[in-house]
Amino acid sequence: MKSLVDEGVTTIFGHPSGMIFSDAASDHPFKYILCRHEQVAAHAAEGYYKATGRTGTVMVASGPGATNCVTAITDALVDSMAIVVLSGQVPVGVMGGDVAQEADVVGTTRACTKYNFLVLRAEDIPRIIKEAYYIARSGRPGPVLVDLPRDVILKHAAFKGDPKSVAIRGYHPQLAGHPGQIKKAAELIAQAKRPVIFGGGGIIHADASEEFRELVDITQIPTTLSLMGLGTLPTDHPLWLGMLGMHGIYWANMCMIHCDVMIAIGSRFDDRVTGRFSEFGQQCQIIHVNVDPTSIQKNVKVDVPIVGDVKCVLRELNKALQKVDRSWASDLEGWYAQIEAWKKQDSRRYEQRGATIKPQYAIDMILRLTEEYDPIISTGVGQHQMWTAQLYRGHHPRRWLTSGGLGTMGFGLPAALGAQAGIPDRLVLNIDGDCSFQVTMQDLCTLVHYRLPVKTFVINNKGLGMLRQWQRQYPSSPHADLAHQPDFVKLAEACGVGGIRIERPEEVKAGIEKAINTPGPVVVDIVVEREEMCLPVMPTGVGTVDVVQVGETARDTSFPGWR
Amino acid sequence: MREQAPARRHILTLLVENRIGVLARIAGLIAAKGYNIDSVSVGETMDNSMSRVTLVVHGDDWVMEQVVKQLNRLIDVVKVVDLTEEDCIEREMILIRVNAEAPNRAEILRIADIFRARVVDVTHRTYTLEVTGDEHKIQALLDLFRPFGIKELVRTGQIAIARASKAAPRKLEREAGNEEQVESKSTAGTP
Ligand SMILES: Cc1ncc(C[n+]2csc(CCOP(=O)(O)OP(=O)(O)O)c2C)c(N)n1
Repeated sequence: MKSLVDEGVTTIFGHPSGMIFSDAASDHPFKYILCRHEQVAAHAAEGYYKATGRTGTVMVASGPGATNCVTAITDALVDSMAIVVLSGQVPVGVMGGDVAQEADVVGTTRACTKYNFLVLRAEDIPRIIKEAYYIARSGRPGPVLVDLPRDVILKHAAFKGDPKSVAIRGYHPQLAGHPGQIKKAAELIAQAKRPVIFGGGGIIHADASEEFRELVDITQIPTTLSLMGLGTLPTDHPLWLGMLGMHGIYWANMCMIHCDVMIAIGSRFDDRVTGRFSEFGQQCQIIHVNVDPTSIQKNVKVDVPIVGDVKCVLRELNKALQKVDRSWASDLEGWYAQIEAWKKQDSRRYEQRGATIKPQYAIDMILRLTEEYDPIISTGVGQHQMWTAQLYRGHHPRRWLTSGGLGTMGFGLPAALGAQAGIPDRLVLNIDGDCSFQVTMQDLCTLVHYRLPVKTFVINNKGLGMLRQWQRQYPSSPHADLAHQPDFVKLAEACGVGGIRIERPEEVKAGIEKAINTPGPVVVDIVVEREEMCLPVMPTGVGTVDVVQVGETARDTSFPGWR
Repeated sequence: MREQAPARRHILTLLVENRIGVLARIAGLIAAKGYNIDSVSVGETMDNSMSRVTLVVHGDDWVMEQVVKQLNRLIDVVKVVDLTEEDCIEREMILIRVNAEAPNRAEILRIADIFRARVVDVTHRTYTLEVTGDEHKIQALLDLFRPFGIKELVRTGQIAIARASKAAPRKLEREAGNEEQVESKSTAGTP
């Protein structure tokens, strides 16, 4: 426990059991947030990490307590979230004997953690805790699990030899980029005629948003971000193109298809970004900066790979580019004009007509009406997530929480909970889907108990909207309509949370304002058009080139809700 | 962009922490690529806190490059070298029990002699032999013994060591040195 204090841990998310942590349960200096489900505790730690930049800590019981975290741990691995999970384990002597509440947690989580430890001796605890936090937050951040057998914890080991530093011979994250590669990158950028900058979540993990913005400002290059990178460039920046990818903004994807130099920073070229790997980026030279060597040359062939911490590399790259004698903006005028031409086709446009609420309208209004508060926004997974990303109006990093790599439904409420616990005085919104919300909604009670005033907006299309959309494209997809949905207003009230229902377009504005002005947590059930399609879309397994066609044909065929 | 390269045999040599679960991590990583490990051998090094793992895996070069990088990323893995393209010495030892009926006994011993195999156990019906060699030698021996009937075969798996290069005496010292010095592995990926 002293080890945790030394690591600067102030907040712990957890779900205890009778077996362990008697030590932690009694008098302790932590804000201990007891969640109703371990998955929630671990997602909350992710939200806490992403919003505050401080490693999230989770404490759970042995066996089922630990296995319940597996989804969230996997989510943290894919989206590079620094969390440390401390799990209880049965005493060393009986391990492997299938005793009550035993599970092979280290074995189970081997594939979904950055690293995991089984502690066998009390005197190793200080070193292991230190290493766990170091591994979680350094290099490409990720989840680390420490499995603590009960007898090891209870053996009050004399706290000696408090380790001051960590030395792991198999682990040396690289900070500085290779100077020769940085020089090459600068030369390539200096000659580019149709360049595009593509930023990912790695910029946020490296706290390099300022340097990133500097790069954009020096070079005057149009910039797009992945779903995970949102917030690293203010959405009112003149060079901001919007999000790219499967449901990305039309012209952002067009820039990726037609550029001659692509500068990818802190991204990993997810398939939802590139479409079919084989066609992606063939027309251009690619510069790729990532701290994780395994992310480079994995999906896409890169011309100038730079392994290093994004912040360090960008500093050097910016220095090199500042020396370049080029009038960037005027050189790129032709390219800007081309982009302006693409911008005439805005596939996000929606028209609020008739008596049902368009989901885009509801989301747009939420984002506009809360913009002045600069809120932290989390989402579930599905159409509502993509619309929120497309219409996003944020200006700062660490305000956007979404499950990107794994796409975990149920992420929204816990992540918002964790963010609010870390930053009590900022407005935190959870823009959720009716189905995603149901995955973790039991923790509304936790919001009440710890006085966390998260405002949840359920974009209620009475079913799995994203699947419904896929069914149209691939008729064999599974069932997506859910005939019986709970009454979210009553449900909220049953948990002690304010409930508001919005059913008609003219109620939207007032309803949202009421929610923001209601103290404490609130759930707003916004009943929306069920058949709305999330456009544009690039079907999976299809090249980025095809996204364009899909966007355009969608305009002609009369999907309901299309203008 | 990424062409499907044909699968070929790769020999990887790894220096790893001598710890619980390390082999499971390595095996898990390779299994996750859908590749089968042809052989694996593990033993302590001069420094008993570290082990040497030699892996033989069939895979296409692009994926194997990923595998090497990801093995490098494992925190318990201190160093990985793909010896496939390098000049190296490979050895495997096998124990083989061959049917040895009266008319064949002399012939089997003659073959054993040519391959410098040693007889380690003998009955009226069988010979048990111990042989060491590289992949080709072992294969040739198995081909020759197969007509007699191989009753049992046990293999250690390949081990390999890079040839000491005359051009790089530092490496020679290190390999032969008291303790295997470890260089930072993090530069992998940056040319
Ligand atoms: C835990 C989990 N199960 C299944 C999926 C597959 N999935 C992706 S989106 C989606 C539908 C989500 O529906 P909803 O939360 O109502 O959002 P909508 O698309 O309607 O906005 C499903 C089932 C997933 N991402 N996560």
